[in-house]
Amino acid sequence: MAVRIEDRLTARTAPGTARRPTVGSSIRFLLLLFFSILVLIPVYVLIVTSFKGQGDATAANAWNLPTQWIVDNWKNAWSGSVAIPAQAPGVLRSIALVVPASLLSALLGSMNGYVFAKWRFPYSNLVFTFLLFGMFLPYQAVMVPLVELMLSIDILPSGIPQLIFLHVVYGIPITTLIFRNYYTSIPQELIEAARVDGAGFFRTYRSVVLPNSVPGFVVVLIWQFTSIWNDFLFAVFFTNASNGPVTITLNNLAQGSILANYGASMAGALIASFPTILVYVLLGRYFVGGLMAGSVKA
Amino acid sequence: MHRFFSRYGPPIAMVAPSVILIGIFVYWMIGQNVATSMTDIHTAAQASGAQPHTFVGLENYTALLGSDDFQHSLKNLLLYTVVFLGGTLAFGFVWSWLLDQPVKGQAVFRSILLAPMAVSFIAAGVVWRWLLNSNQGESASGLNRLFQIVGLDFLQNNWWNNVSWGISAIAMVAVWQMSGYVMAMFLAGFRGVPDELREAGRVDGATGWQLYRHVIFPQLRPVALSAVIVIAHMSLKAFDLIMSISKAANYQTKVPAIDMFLFKGSYDYANAATVGTILLGIVAILIIPYLVHVSRADS
Repeated sequence: MAVRIEDRLTARTAPGTARRPTVGSSIRFLLLLFFSILVLIPVYVLIVTSFKGQGDATAANAWNLPTQWIVDNWKNAWSGSVAIPAQAPGVLRSIALVVPASLLSALLGSMNGYVFAKWRFPYSNLVFTFLLFGMFLPYQAVMVPLVELMLSIDILPSGIPQLIFLHVVYGIPITTLIFRNYYTSIPQELIEAARVDGAGFFRTYRSVVLPNSVPGFVVVLIWQFTSIWNDFLFAVFFTNASNGPVTITLNNLAQGSILANYGASMAGALIASFPTILVYVLLGRYFVGGLMAGSVKA
Repeated sequence: MHRFFSRYGPPIAMVAPSVILIGIFVYWMIGQNVATSMTDIHTAAQASGAQPHTFVGLENYTALLGSDDFQHSLKNLLLYTVVFLGGTLAFGFVWSWLLDQPVKGQAVFRSILLAPMAVSFIAAGVVWRWLLNSNQGESASGLNRLFQIVGLDFLQNNWWNNVSWGISAIAMVAVWQMSGYVMAMFLAGFRGVPDELREAGRVDGATGWQLYRHVIFPQLRPVALSAVIVIAHMSLKAFDLIMSISKAANYQTKVPAIDMFLFKGSYDYANAATVGTILLGIVAILIIPYLVHVSRADS
């Protein structure tokens, strides 16, 4: 379903629809230009400030370009200095978090989606609803006992391993929903044909459903990748600056020092955002697909 | 019986791990949380079990809901939600409308307007903390300085550093981040209007604005409702942006999620759990009628 909506998004932008510019389209163009500039103001500040030296950091120079473009802020933000906590360890821990967590939750979602779309059992709709409600859970409503519970089970080391587990668990509702909607579009005849050929439940999943799942996996992986990379709430309750992901180390950099070092903070913010922006630029079409699925019903 | 298992055994086995995990980590945890909220665990000694605690019923709820402090948080949450909802719906709708018809640079504009939501609230908070610096006049930087440069000095203000309205400055940042999301939803809505309907409208003599007003906009109602639910739900969990732009200890920008964090940090587990349950209650009031409405519309 997510993918179908994506088709709709691009459907009417096909080349050949461009007409001679009218007054209406010129006004629309200027308005869009205006809004785009407004939206990009913070991006200008981020980039420009990250290249400014201490001398440029005065209020009067706030909106000027750097008198001298320097990369010290970037170096310091990445590998740290006396007053600036390094972002590199946080970035590496975020990668170690996000890769297994997104893969595992996509796999789990795919398995669940297959059952709820193609292999229903008595009361399966009720079970599906039972899972789905987890999507609306404000995590504050479970955090106190959850922290206690994770402390008491010592199978999982604290830090990134616990976060992987938690993101996989709380990702179940959304990934199940996206895959169920996606698999509904696989023709039932395909499943029946496999069954006639003697393929059982698992064979059908492996040889018919999985090979047809690539777009579904792309949408789910992007969705989970960006939301886990950007998560702060679980990170702040289950990790600290020495074993947490980049959202924690970045917040530590930006809020930690008494005298705010905006140059290094903004370089750090750009470093921390680089992977999600890259995913957005390269796979933006699917990104929108994930967003739509995240809105439950579009 | 054997038949049942050979037929339904494998699918049930496949979803069983998820069902068990959600059972424990959503439903059982909610139960535990409600139980904790009905105790008097207000100190570290009680939280660790070194000192006993007792059952106090709904005492924490009445005390919290009656306190000026928490009412301030709820008022902030309401203001945040109103600004966040109003802003994202207005921008999202206008942007998608502008992009609904062919216009030069359509794909580029769409990407730019959607881009802010690819970054985390924490990263966005870094730059917005600088932009929302409350200094004015000579020492102004950030947006206040920009207002001076473009000659709109009168727009200078304290931003989030204001007890009554400060939270709406944070909500403004959330609007910046999430309007693109709502735009994408409305764009899908516009694209979902069948071409025959547009044609029929044109045949009936509806032109430009009339076509939108009477034929297309009414078709967008379900999308608008989804957007309201998604944004309101996000709003209730407002936390990251406040932590990164202001900070947890700032009274001006306190909301329930921040209270919960502070209570938890000071080992006041009972009040932390109470705030969590109150948030869950608000979400339920919002979501359950919506889900009922959607499932009715489906069947």
